[in-house]
Amino acid sequence: MSLSKVNVVIVGAGAGGGIVAKELAQAGLSVVLLERGGWVNYDHHNDDELWSQRTPALGNPFGPDDQRYRRVVVQANGSTNVVLPSEGGYNNIAGCVGGGAVSYGAMAWRFMPQDFRLRSTYGDVPGSTLADWPVSYDDLEPFYEKAEYEIGVAGDYTANPFCGPRKKPFPMPAFPYNKEARLIEQTAKRMGLHPFPIPMLRNSVPYNGRPACIHMRSCVGFACPINAKAGTHNTVLPIALATGNCELRTGCVVSEIVVDDHGRAKGVRYFDADNRGQEQPADLVVVSASATETARLLLNSKSKLFPNGAGNNNDWVGRNLQGHLYVGAAGFLEEEVYEEAGPGATIGMSDFNHGNPGLVGGGLLCNEFIPLPYLFSNMRPPGEPRWGKAHKDFQRHYFKRFVRLHGPVQEISNFSARVSVDPSVKDAWGIPVCRLSGSRHPADFNQGDFLSKKAEEILKEMGATRVWRNGPSHNLSLSGGQHQAGTCRMGDDPKISVTNRHGQLHEIDNLFVADGSLNVSNGGFNPALTIMALAYWVSHHIKTGWKGSQFR
Amino acid sequence: MEPDGITRRAALKWAAAGTFGLAAGMGTTAGLARWIRTEPAPYRFFSAAEARLLIPFCEQIIPRDDAPGATDAGVIFYIDRQLASVFIRHQQTYRLGLEAFRNTCLQVYKVPFEQLSFDRQTEALRLIESNKAPKEFWGDRSQSAFFNLVLDHTKQGFYGSPRHGGNRDYASYRMLGLAYPNLIGQNRYADGRPI
Repeated sequence: MSLSKVNVVIVGAGAGGGIVAKELAQAGLSVVLLERGGWVNYDHHNDDELWSQRTPALGNPFGPDDQRYRRVVVQANGSTNVVLPSEGGYNNIAGCVGGGAVSYGAMAWRFMPQDFRLRSTYGDVPGSTLADWPVSYDDLEPFYEKAEYEIGVAGDYTANPFCGPRKKPFPMPAFPYNKEARLIEQTAKRMGLHPFPIPMLRNSVPYNGRPACIHMRSCVGFACPINAKAGTHNTVLPIALATGNCELRTGCVVSEIVVDDHGRAKGVRYFDADNRGQEQPADLVVVSASATETARLLLNSKSKLFPNGAGNNNDWVGRNLQGHLYVGAAGFLEEEVYEEAGPGATIGMSDFNHGNPGLVGGGLLCNEFIPLPYLFSNMRPPGEPRWGKAHKDFQRHYFKRFVRLHGPVQEISNFSARVSVDPSVKDAWGIPVCRLSGSRHPADFNQGDFLSKKAEEILKEMGATRVWRNGPSHNLSLSGGQHQAGTCRMGDDPKISVTNRHGQLHEIDNLFVADGSLNVSNGGFNPALTIMALAYWVSHHIKTGWKGSQFR
Repeated sequence: MEPDGITRRAALKWAAAGTFGLAAGMGTTAGLARWIRTEPAPYRFFSAAEARLLIPFCEQIIPRDDAPGATDAGVIFYIDRQLASVFIRHQQTYRLGLEAFRNTCLQVYKVPFEQLSFDRQTEALRLIESNKAPKEFWGDRSQSAFFNLVLDHTKQGFYGSPRHGGNRDYASYRMLGLAYPNLIGQNRYADGRPI
C-alpha cells in the first residue's frame, strides 16, 4: 500500500539532503526526508576513541553498523572481499541524521576557480576522464556564501592570495592558531609561503543560537557535546521541520526509485524503521545519499526504459569514483607543542593547489587534528619498533612533540574506478550491495610525491627531527573514503555525464542528485562545503522550475 | 580448552542428569573437583590456559616499567570481552593462534611460553612476528597476521576507553600526561586560548 503523495521525497539527511529539505520546505513544497540512521548525539558515545568515526575499532558510532551492512571490494589484483562498515575498504561516511557532518573535522573549503576547469587548465591526461565542470566558481559563489552563513563558517582569508573572489567576509572570525601552528606560520612565511587560518564549520563565537567551541581534544570523529560544530542536523534541518512542510522519517532504508514505463520517477520504495516495505509517491525525487550509496540506489532502480538502472543508459552512473589521496610529512619538535585544546588543525596553505610545474593540480597542506593515544600508537617513523618498552617510551616522549603537515591531493578521475551493484551479496533488507572496483589513476602519485616532499621541507626548516613522509604508498587501490565523490558527474553532454548542470538527470526530468556524486573533480580540499553549496544550487533550480503541482 | 566457565550449579545439574562424566570425557574425582568451581570464571571467551598464555604475550607488547603495563591495565579483559561480542569474527584466529603458539614454544624452548624469561619471551614473539617459527603447528595460517591482530588489540585495550574493560584507571592517559576526565566546558581560557 502506498502512502499519500508528496511533492518531493529526498533520500538521505546529510550535508546535501538536509539543505534541499529546508530550501524546498520553505518554498512551500511538501517534503518527505528519508534517513537510514537516526538522531545521534555526543552522549551516545562520548569521547571513546574506539567507538569514533575516525578510529572505529569496535564499530561506527554514527553508522552504518556491522550487523546489517556489507560491501564487496574488488582489489587491484582481482581478489574480492566482503567488507564490514568499520573496515577501511568499505569507504564509509556515516549513517545518521546530519551524515558525516556530525563527526567530521568541519573544514569549510571553497574549491578554487581552477578546480572547476581542470581540463582547460591542464589539458588531457591519458587514461583519465579529466573534464571541466559545467558550472564555474562564479556560478557557485553565491551558494558557497549561503552555506557559509546558514550553516556557519569561521574564517579569515586575508592572508590567502589563492582563493577565488568572495563578495562577503566570513560570518565569524577565524580560530586562533595553536602553538604548533604558530611555529608553522613563522617557518612557512620565512619560506615565502602563505599560511592562513583553516576555515571551519564550527562556531568561533556564538552564532545562529549555538554556542562557541569549547575545544574538545576529541572533535574529529566525535559528535560535538554542545553543537558548536555545524551540519544540517543542527542548523537547516530544524528550520525545515519547523515549516510544517517537511517530515523526517528516520530508520528508513530506501531500496529503489520507482520509475514508470514513460521514464518518469514516481517515488521510492523503502523499508521503514520496523522493516516494513513502504512506497512513498512523489512529484520529484532527490537523491542525497553519498557518492557510493546514491550510485547504488540509481543502479538498483531498474525499469522498462532503464534496464541498467535509473539514468544509466550510457553506463556513467557509478563511474569516476574519487576521494583524496592524503599525503604529507610528520616529525617531532624539541619542545612540547601539544595543547589540551582541540581539534588541533588550525593552519593551512594553498600554495601547492595549482601552478606546480609539470603537475596536474596539487593539494592543500594543513596541520593535523590531534591524534588520540590509540591512533598515535600507529604513527611511527619507518623502522621504529612497534612494541615493547621502545613503543612505550616513544608514546611517552613524542606524544606531545608530534607535528604533522598533510592534505588531500586532487585526484585524476578515471572511468575504471566505480560503484556497481554486486550480483550476489545483499544487505539485511535483501538489497544488492555496493561493489567497488577499479583503481586510481597513477598520475595521482606525481602530485602526491610532490606535496609530501613540500611538507617534509617545511617541517625540516622548522627544526623538526626524525621527519618522515606519509605516502603516497604507490598502491593503486581504489579511492573514495569519507571524501567520496564523482559517481553521478554533472555535465552538458548526456553521453559522458549523468546529470545536467542543475543536478537533474539527463534522462529522467523529475529525478535529481544533490551530494558529492555530482562533483566532476574533487578539488584538493575537503569537499563538505562544496556539497552544501551544490545542494543550495540544485535547490535553487528545483524551485525555479517548480510549476505549482509538478515539475515542468 | 578447559571448560572454566562452568559454575558449581551447572556442574551439579549436569552431574545429576548423569551426563556430566560423559560430556566432560573424564570420570575421576580429581577431574570432577577441578571442574567444580566456587567462583565464576573471570573470562567470557578465554580458557584459563589461554589467558595464562595471552597475559604475558600482551605484557611483552606493553611491559610494565615505572608506568603500568598491559597486565596492570587489564588488556586481557578488553580482548576477552570483545571476542565474546563485537570480535566474534576473530574467535577462531585467537583459539587456533594461541594453540599453535603454545606448541611452537614447547617445541622450540621445551617449556611453556609463560615460564620463559622475559627476554626469551621477546625472542619467541619476534619469531612469529616475522613468520620465522616452525610451520608445522600453523598450517596455512599466517603467524605474523596473528601477531599483528594481538598487537593491535593490545594497543586498543591499553589506550582505549576503560568502559571496554582495559585501560584501568586511565593508566595510559596518566602515562601520557593527558588530563582525565575531560571535563566539558571546564577548560580555562586566556586571550581566547586555553591555558
